[in-house]
Amino acid sequence: MAPTTVEGVPAYTEFHPRWYRPRVSVYWWLGEWRYLRFILRELSSVFVAVFVIVTLLGLRALRNGAEAYARFMHRFENPAAIALSTISFFFVLFHSITWFNLAPSAMAIRFRGRRLPNIVVAAPNYVLWLVASVAVAWLVLR
Amino acid sequence: MQKPSNEAFLWMLFSAGGVIAAFLVPVHILLFGLAFPLGWLRAPSYEHLMPLVRLPLVRIYLFLLCSVPLFHWAHRFRYTLYDGLQVKHLNEVIFTLCYGGALLGTIVAGYLLWTMA
Repeated sequence: MAPTTVEGVPAYTEFHPRWYRPRVSVYWWLGEWRYLRFILRELSSVFVAVFVIVTLLGLRALRNGAEAYARFMHRFENPAAIALSTISFFFVLFHSITWFNLAPSAMAIRFRGRRLPNIVVAAPNYVLWLVASVAVAWLVLR
Repeated sequence: MQKPSNEAFLWMLFSAGGVIAAFLVPVHILLFGLAFPLGWLRAPSYEHLMPLVRLPLVRIYLFLLCSVPLFHWAHRFRYTLYDGLQVKHLNEVIFTLCYGGALLGTIVAGYLLWTMA
């Protein structure tokens, strides 16, 4: 069926004219702190992946016996490993904080007709974080 | 009609991985990456850790701790490459490498934990 034409409005066609899209520099995220912070937050996931790989190596060491485990733990004691751990820790911390602070943006909780302040919505995340961290530490250190 | 996509499923994995990473990864790095090697705390012995890792519930915990955050990484890293570096023409390759990597990590984690004596 041929498309019906309305006065002054072009008929529907599958092909549209090329959009005007100014080219954005590949380095668009370097100029402004907000953009850089966004990219750094996304890159925190790389350190999460590094953590998983190291954890898998640790599990393999545990599986291979006491000596392999001792060698694995010993490998963390050099300055390069400490540097990687420190950087990873701060990136993952950045991920945690930005993730927990998303809660008030994701849900607008109302109480007695008023919207709860952001900090009240995010706070349970921090409490749960503390509880989970203490539980893990207790199990490992016990 | 648009063909159905797995984007929603992958996004759910991303989100679940983000939650697990946010709550649990910092304490693990703090203990094993900093506190033990720097001597702030005494590292657990093999004899203490091994029975712990043998517990079924701990195995499930470790499996989820390793697997799901990898899908979180895959999602974020994929879009950082797409948007940050504007490499849209490599979409398929990046997609395969990211989710392939996450799947491989999941299989390795499952194998290691399943065969842990």
